[in-house]
Amino acid sequence: MGAGDSGSTWGLTPFEIEALSLSFKVAVWAVMCSLPLGVLTAWLLARGHFWGRSILNGIVHLPMIMPPVVVGYLLLVLLGRRGMVGAWLYETFGITIAFTWKGAAIASAVMAFPLMVRAIRLSLEAVDPRLEQAARTLGASPWRVMATVTLPLSLPGILTGAILAFARSLGEFGATITFVSNIPGETRTLPLAVYALLQTPGGEDGAVRLVVASIVLAMSALLASELLARRVSARMEA
Amino acid sequence: MLEVEVEHRVGDLRLEASVASDAGITALFGRSGAGKTTLINLLAGLRRPERGRIVVDGHTLFDSSGGIDLPPERRRLGYVFQESRLFPHLSVAGNLSYGLRRTPPAERHQDFDHIVELLDLGSLLKRWPRTLSGGERQRVSIGRALLASPRLLLMDEPLASLDIARKAEILPFIERLRDELRLPVVYVSHTLEEVIRLADTLVLMSEGRTIAAGPVEEIMSRLDLRPLTGRYEAGAVLFAKVAGIDVAFGLTELAFADRRLWVPRLELPMGTPLRVRVRARDVSISLSRPRDSSVVNILEGTIREVEAGNEPVADVLLDVGAPLIARITRRSAQALRLAPGQRVFAQIKAVAIDRPSVGQRGTTRHNS
Repeated sequence: MGAGDSGSTWGLTPFEIEALSLSFKVAVWAVMCSLPLGVLTAWLLARGHFWGRSILNGIVHLPMIMPPVVVGYLLLVLLGRRGMVGAWLYETFGITIAFTWKGAAIASAVMAFPLMVRAIRLSLEAVDPRLEQAARTLGASPWRVMATVTLPLSLPGILTGAILAFARSLGEFGATITFVSNIPGETRTLPLAVYALLQTPGGEDGAVRLVVASIVLAMSALLASELLARRVSARMEA
Repeated sequence: MLEVEVEHRVGDLRLEASVASDAGITALFGRSGAGKTTLINLLAGLRRPERGRIVVDGHTLFDSSGGIDLPPERRRLGYVFQESRLFPHLSVAGNLSYGLRRTPPAERHQDFDHIVELLDLGSLLKRWPRTLSGGERQRVSIGRALLASPRLLLMDEPLASLDIARKAEILPFIERLRDELRLPVVYVSHTLEEVIRLADTLVLMSEGRTIAAGPVEEIMSRLDLRPLTGRYEAGAVLFAKVAGIDVAFGLTELAFADRRLWVPRLELPMGTPLRVRVRARDVSISLSRPRDSSVVNILEGTIREVEAGNEPVADVLLDVGAPLIARITRRSAQALRLAPGQRVFAQIKAVAIDRPSVGQRGTTRHNS
């Protein structure tokens, strides 16, 4: 385990760089793939009137209140190579999810989903339905109203949701280690690398550097979301 | 043009409305809570009536018996809301073209540049809604609705949230819509002055029902409707034309039913058709022709109706070639022994007829 201090970039070892860039990749994929679903779910929760809305709400929020290890285990049961969906995926498409970075992205996405949906839902609920009515009287169908009025107006919330989910993904630990284990270069993301370093004698220095890196990443994500949201909403303030 | 027959229930309000109108501006007038806004939301398709039929310009938009219920986007009705409802994420130009872009080219009958010029929006195009004044917002909102090429324009108290100066700024634009675009308008208001200035047809609403409908001057001269048309503000509406001017004294002479009425100067060309509101409390009655009075307008006429209850005032409906209402004290009515059929002289102070009492009549007026 190369926890040495040779060949460094910004004082980081290749091992640490690897963990950082893997984390980045996992978080980006997690957010990109869950964003459309997050918007749809938030919209259903904010505007939908259907049977089972509170059940859907409960399911969406489950990962927030369940122990991450349990979520990881459930993912394994579902998507593992012998899992209900996983077996089918493997046999039909030859896709393996468990113990790969894709699995890490899914675990991150699931864990970050409640945060994302919450932010988007709040901003969708803040969109004045009277503006949507006005758009209808101007000839826009409900779908077009969604695309031209509702979504643009909730853009600050969607950005906030995406960036919060990104930051949450960077920090995902419990579900990831349970579902996809801690494989260097494949599933060893930043928090898992910190954990591994702390388990290794003499790894504290590396751990500290990664901790600093993760704090910097998380803070910049938050700042970026704040700035973007402010910029968008300043323009639209009525 | 417009035929509505609907029933609907909202909370405690039972709405039963029946409206028919031709062209020009039709005012829905009544107190707040009378169901005016609910009614135009039913027209626009933003609410669904329980029963009834809505036909605009030969197109059936809603028919509960035929199972027809067009969604708002297919009704082709423009809607100008009280609070303008501009899209905050679009510039003024973006707001204006929102409806235009959603109108099939074959059905576009309004031209962007023409509407911009008509509503004087040229200098606002690049601005954002949040930087506009209340009056500017409402002008943009009217333009936005017009550019969707509607068959009928619905206006829900478009001036209610504006101060008097802004109102005066918007009113001429609404008159232009009527006269230049020849677009039928349904105008919701609880301000009598706006109605008299703008409307050709008046529909009175109270507690969810349409109580009376007809030409403005006819509805306004009915004594039985005064509780709804405003007891304090009661007054008749005369149809008149600009007939002359007195340059030296700054007066304008109006002609109606071969009578003459002098009013303070109106900067309007000869022959301009007008609607003039004469408040009942500005009309007094004399049994003989006053010889040395300062009152400029003295009209001979016949008493049609005297209404005196237990209140201090009595309202007298006169026929001076057109209906006129005089509000006098009950004591005077008794002292002069006023009774239907009696010949009397009505006196109207010229200065009592101020600018807001005078409205230009639409050129598209119906002939009923």
